[in-house]
Amino acid sequence: MSAAPFDLVAVWAVIIAFGVLMYVVLDGFDLGVGMLFPLFKERGDRDAMMNSVAPVWDGNETWLVLGGVGLFAAFPLAYAVILPALYLPLVLMLIALVFRGVAFEFRFKSRHRRWLWDAAFAGGSTVAALTQGVALGAFIQGIKVADRAFAGGPFDWLTPFSLMTGVGLAAGYAMLGCGWLIMKTEGPLQQRCFALMAPLGLVVLGFVAAVSLWTPFLSPAIADRWFSWPNLAYLSPVPLLVAIVALALWRALRRRRQALPFVLTLCLFVLSYLGLGISLWPHAIPPSVTIWQAASSPEAQRFLIVGVLVLIPVILGYTGYAYWVFRGKVTGAGYHS
Amino acid sequence: MNGFEAADLARIQFAFTVSFHILFPAFTIGLASCLAVLEGLYLWTGRAEFRRLFRFWVTIFAVTFGMGVVSGVVMSYQFGTNWSRFADATGDILGPLLGYEVLTAFFLEAGFLGVMLFGWDRVGRGLHFFATCMVAVGTLISSFWILAANSWMHTPAGYAMRDGRFVPADWFAVIFNPSFPYRLAHMVLAAYLTTAFVVGAVGAWHLLRDSYNQPARVMFSMAMWMAALVAPIQLVAGDLHGLNTLEHQPAKIAAMEGHWTTERGMPFYLFGWPDMAREETRWALAIPHAGALILTHDWNGEVKGLKDWPPDQRPHSTTLFWSFRAMVGLGMLMILTGLVSLWLRSRRELYHARWFLRGCVAMGPAGFAALIAGWVTTEMGRQPWLVYGRMRTLDGLSPVLPGNVALSLALFIAVYAAVFGAGVFYLLRLMAAGPDHVAPPASPRGEAAGMRPLAAAPAEPAP
Ligand code: HDD
Ligand code: HEM
Ligand code: HEM
Repeated sequence: MSAAPFDLVAVWAVIIAFGVLMYVVLDGFDLGVGMLFPLFKERGDRDAMMNSVAPVWDGNETWLVLGGVGLFAAFPLAYAVILPALYLPLVLMLIALVFRGVAFEFRFKSRHRRWLWDAAFAGGSTVAALTQGVALGAFIQGIKVADRAFAGGPFDWLTPFSLMTGVGLAAGYAMLGCGWLIMKTEGPLQQRCFALMAPLGLVVLGFVAAVSLWTPFLSPAIADRWFSWPNLAYLSPVPLLVAIVALALWRALRRRRQALPFVLTLCLFVLSYLGLGISLWPHAIPPSVTIWQAASSPEAQRFLIVGVLVLIPVILGYTGYAYWVFRGKVTGAGYHS
Repeated sequence: MNGFEAADLARIQFAFTVSFHILFPAFTIGLASCLAVLEGLYLWTGRAEFRRLFRFWVTIFAVTFGMGVVSGVVMSYQFGTNWSRFADATGDILGPLLGYEVLTAFFLEAGFLGVMLFGWDRVGRGLHFFATCMVAVGTLISSFWILAANSWMHTPAGYAMRDGRFVPADWFAVIFNPSFPYRLAHMVLAAYLTTAFVVGAVGAWHLLRDSYNQPARVMFSMAMWMAALVAPIQLVAGDLHGLNTLEHQPAKIAAMEGHWTTERGMPFYLFGWPDMAREETRWALAIPHAGALILTHDWNGEVKGLKDWPPDQRPHSTTLFWSFRAMVGLGMLMILTGLVSLWLRSRRELYHARWFLRGCVAMGPAGFAALIAGWVTTEMGRQPWLVYGRMRTLDGLSPVLPGNVALSLALFIAVYAAVFGAGVFYLLRLMAAGPDHVAPPASPRGEAAGMRPLAAAPAEPAP
């Protein structure tokens, strides 16, 4: 096993992980906004919620495409095993994303069926979040591989653990969405989000704790990774940081800070993600296939990495610019009034 | 073996989802360029029609684009869910091509789409125009990469085999594989034509109601110029494409022509029914030597017949024969439309000839039909190969149960029918309302969608 820092395969693993993280936090908040939709009945509130994500949702979802396609290019074996293994949850997720994606436009074009597209938006967001969480859990649990192909059954993904990660991730997305709305809105809508944020935070922390405690029991290797000496010493800051973020969040909510709750929720996501990464490294398909075994040829990886290293900063630049253009609070009466 | 059943279902599923998907890009590729031109013309001339037309079409663009995105996200996961052995074998080649598509096209489109749709009074005019141009360029870059990937499956080049997997040896040869330039040109022209005929139909529809409607005149005229110029170019591009196919996939051409025995000076069948079992084309109406003339540009040229291939390597001639004729027939109708428009224009009757306007309304969906017919020809003509001559379709399948594929196929059909059906309904309603009714006052999104700065501009005289 090679551990050199310039190992191309490892660099690719980091790139894919980065892409997926970007997806999770970015589409996470807009899926979360969709999940909170049913809690707000006022038309103006709903318009504001939708307007707050309308200009950016497509860009956010593109990270999902990058994640899938990047896996296809850099780790084709992982792509070819994980996707059939998670067949049903992924198909459901895609269909949910169809409903949610079209709702952005259809909602404003419909004369009598607005409720239908509101439901599509909320339902699509919720199902997408749940299925992503289930897929994540199934992935952590491990996938059976034989002869370079998925060798398990069609319902291997369905376990108590994956159901828990499903609900957990959905709660996390709802929290991100809530933080986003605190930042982007004002008035009664924002007040309700402030009120929702603390309970949501508690639920999410509960799930983070449950997943953290359960994961080591899934495999001795993961338990070993965390609890053997000296790893324990190196890794103990992760849970500690989670605790600090939680405290900071609580203070930020009491002081009615505008952007901080969102930012801290992001930190919480990054930390949990880091924890998962530590548990799973260096597996492309847990528990048996490493990133080196799943990697595509160096020719393929080299060709695409040039593009990634040059273009991702450019993409982050203009994506950042697009967010900057739409900075500030939104209201139900459109973007600018 | 239950593999076969799953293969059929997976093929139907792929064909169904990609055929739905391509309808939207075909329209957005053309419309994005059209919007860039409209906005450019407006900035340059300051004429009110251009601004109104931009407002009108950008709303339609937004709806179509949304459907294109969601159906496209489905596509990018289909390779893995249903065709995982194919994905494993070709990931080294197709993965980076699609990767570049995401990096150079999808992010660009998505990043600037928000500014284009909602950024009117948040950025300056120049920047807004820039955003529109970036979206248009993004759709073209996207076509470049996806067609490189697709063409590679038809005419694989620049690779080596390693442990049964395709690995890149020469990226330039992979991307600019033998059929790529033809396919790219043909597809982009097809997208422009598709858009032109939709725009033309909407213009004609409004001219039938009021032949002095100024924005309708502008759009109808622009569309007819496109038809007159681009449809003949498409004929030439298609012809060259066919010659290229004859060189690299002769079995496909033989199937498209219902041509069974190798011979010199083959005829061209106008009609007929290629019968796969009897190995002949029944009830044929033939023009002697025309087939050889079209395919080899030589009166007595020789073309291989389908019987030169073993039966399990013959594409389905009955389908290809007719899908090809549907496409070419529609192409001919488009050329005719363009010619008639030139003639009417020269007599200054373009906006008044009601029979022609009605014909143009009927031609509105022609581009979509030709497009699907063309893809069916190309893709079914590739059978039984997934990577032409190298990997069979059956060997590309995922180890998933037919039940799973059947269930997801049923879900896709139901959901697409409902969701995209509603979308098309909204599109038609927007088109029918016309450029005078673009800003639904009740919708706050109307303002966000860039209506407000326009509405706030000095009032224009009614046309
Ligand atoms: C000739 C052009 C063309 C062709 C053959 C295809 N597409 Fe497409 N696709 C586009 C042209 C396009 C586009 C113009 O770039 C779209 C349409 C609307 C849009 O949003 O971008 C798009 C959207 C789009 C998206 C959403 C991008 C986003 O999130 O913004 C994905 C993931 C794909 N496509 C993937 C595919 C795959 C896997 C295909 C093949 C099987 C495919 N497309 C065929
Ligand atoms: C967007 C326009 C496209 C259309 C309308 C289209 C249409 C079709 C059709 C009708 C089939 C079924 C053929 C059959 O089974 O008889 C098919 C199969 C397939 N196509 Fe395409 N295609 C398109 C683009 C692409 C692209 C860009 C790729 C790859 C990059 C691609 C890859 C495939 C694959 C993997 C299959 C499944 C295996 C097979 O049946 O051969 N297609 N497509
Ligand atoms: C006018 C005469 C036309 C000719 C001679 C022609 C010729 C061809 C040929 C030979 C192919 C098969 C390529 C292959 O072997 O793989 C093809 C494919 C195709 N055609 Fe046409 N075509 C014509 C018009 C049109 C029109 C009007 C459209 C749409 C508006 C169109 C859209 C397509 C598409 C989408 C494909 C599949 C993609 C590709 O292979 O480029 N064609 N055409």
